[in-house]
Amino acid sequence: MSVNAFDTDFKRAAYIAAQAAEARVNLEFETEGMTLNIGPQHPVTHGSLRIVVRLDGERVVWADPVPGYMHRGYEKLCEVRNYAQVTALSNRMDWLGSFCSEVPFLLAAEQLMEIEAPDRAQYIRTILFQLGRIANYILFLGDMGVQIGAITPIFYAFRDREHVLNLIESATGGRFHPNFDRIGGLKDDLPKGWVDECRSAMDKVDLVADQMQDVLLGNPIVQERSRGIGVLPAEVALEYGISGANARASGIDYDLRRDGPELAMAWKHTDFKVWTHPDGDIFARFWVRLQELREDTKIVRQLLDGLPAGPIMTKVPRVIKVPKGEAYVMTENPLGHMGYYVISDGGQGPFRTKIRTPSFSTISVVPWLAKGVYLPDLVAILGSLYYILGDIDR
Amino acid sequence: MPEANEPLALEAGAHQKLLDLFDKHISDAVLDSHRALGDLWVRVRNDAWHQAVEVVRHQLGWRYFVFLSGIDWMLNPQMSAESSFGGEDDSASKATPAADEAPKFTSGYTGNEGRFQVFCRIHDVPSGIGVTLKTDLEEPGLRVASVADLYRGADWHEREAYEMFGFDFVGHPSLRKLYLPAGFEGHPLRKDFPLLARELKPWPGIVNVEPIPDHLDPKKIEAAQAAEAAAATGGSSDGSAADPAKAKAKADRLAALMAKSKARKGSTGSETPASDGAVPAKPANDRLAALLERSKARKKEREGDQ
Repeated sequence: MSVNAFDTDFKRAAYIAAQAAEARVNLEFETEGMTLNIGPQHPVTHGSLRIVVRLDGERVVWADPVPGYMHRGYEKLCEVRNYAQVTALSNRMDWLGSFCSEVPFLLAAEQLMEIEAPDRAQYIRTILFQLGRIANYILFLGDMGVQIGAITPIFYAFRDREHVLNLIESATGGRFHPNFDRIGGLKDDLPKGWVDECRSAMDKVDLVADQMQDVLLGNPIVQERSRGIGVLPAEVALEYGISGANARASGIDYDLRRDGPELAMAWKHTDFKVWTHPDGDIFARFWVRLQELREDTKIVRQLLDGLPAGPIMTKVPRVIKVPKGEAYVMTENPLGHMGYYVISDGGQGPFRTKIRTPSFSTISVVPWLAKGVYLPDLVAILGSLYYILGDIDR
Repeated sequence: MPEANEPLALEAGAHQKLLDLFDKHISDAVLDSHRALGDLWVRVRNDAWHQAVEVVRHQLGWRYFVFLSGIDWMLNPQMSAESSFGGEDDSASKATPAADEAPKFTSGYTGNEGRFQVFCRIHDVPSGIGVTLKTDLEEPGLRVASVADLYRGADWHEREAYEMFGFDFVGHPSLRKLYLPAGFEGHPLRKDFPLLARELKPWPGIVNVEPIPDHLDPKKIEAAQAAEAAAATGGSSDGSAADPAKAKAKADRLAALMAKSKARKGSTGSETPASDGAVPAKPANDRLAALLERSKARKKEREGDQ
């Protein structure tokens, strides 16, 4: 594990000191503080997140995110649903990679029932999970461009994401909300010819990654807007529960697919690299996601090569009752670690479900991160943290 | 297979270390601990909550704060009212109707005293091992120490638990609502907070089989026919108007039922009450009968083929 917290902490301190020095020079101009509402309806908020910002000139003094404009009370709704119905809800949390949010809940239920999906189902589950990650990441790369003023990449992103969405649709029937996972396996097997289609789509996704890199990464404006801005040290990231690519961009070498507790998923049969970046700034978060997009296609190819034959559903009773107990399962979702804490009292539905969503933690760090940055940089920081409203407001 | 057991052994070691540290620092405050599936649950006394988290944070050095939330152990009144849903425990209690109005509690790993619990989860990043800490809250006040000074991420989680359960986190920097509007009353994640959608419409999953409509239920049709026959032998063929008063209500209902079923069947008997002005009842069962006939014909064809 390579955590260079002091390094980044030092960088941050130096940055703030430089800003303070600059502010001192400008002291002769008297400025008045201003409170600004960003959102709830604002392009940067991916939905309706409101951020109340106190400004001194163009500099943010403090920021206070106000979530809840889309709160649907999923934890309450889970209590009055049975296990099969919860996946329909979990689809609607992270809607860009919605298959991924079905998985941890069902894994928790399966753990309590002490069953495991058959090998083939585990492989297909993992492939679809990876496709969800890819769809999400492609859109991130385009979206990140928009936040820092480049309009073109978002159109490429929406165009190229279709390769993956078409795959998901042809396998599950749903482009955004597959609702395909079942306790003990999957709803259906893959359609004929899907594997070859998937392979060629992965080649296209690799091209997308290259294209995004060419368009954005070397661009001097992008470098100016992203290097050294919004630095999140590893220590702070961990305390706030920041996870996934955001944590890896702060130098935390931690990926649940590799380091987490062993789950009934097929990642253990694959070989991939976990990319980290020591800087923890906007650029690092962008760079890590770009590399992960390539790793994700690599994982999918390996899984397609090793896809075993066999059943896709294990034997489960017709009316699913989960034995009394508690389980917590967390997976490496595109936005970070998503976990379900399921408490069962032996009934057909969960007694209590605590949903740990990555975006919640990601946004909770904004008050810390926004202090002292320029207002346009705040937009870029929010874009680079990459949250989805349905994931914050469960 | 030592290789297969190795990760579990690693977890067991880390968990044992945690329990030893708890023993050393807050030995009298650990109420219960539970291990299952390579995971650890520890319940500590309310006044030692902050200390317990501090031990994990500083003595053990686990830095990744996963979440904090609350549990309401009261059985859901909306769900326990519905028969085929709910736990095994309360299915037994449902057999004897609940005379006492006292709310029933259930419990999870490491048990609970009273209704409300706070639980949080902390992970160790290099090893990926986690622990779930729990503590009970006493009913008036529902107070517990805030751990936002140990893990900055706990700030928002505690604000959420505050609004959703009404817990009071002592020492929290700014305990205010997170999701809900400022004027919102009640604590939505408490089990006795009614879910409006369920009040208006019962849980749809409760009905495995849709009840047979009256005009298609053979039992009810038979009963209606029997009642009709009885009425006919009794004298008056005019139906409900001439019936004796004592069995009036029942016969009325049955006659109406029978009339309805006949109307649906499309029988144009003279005793059918004339639906003056109304559109003649459509023979809904014709389609069904046609379908049945067709399927029978197909079956015959298939048998013929063989």
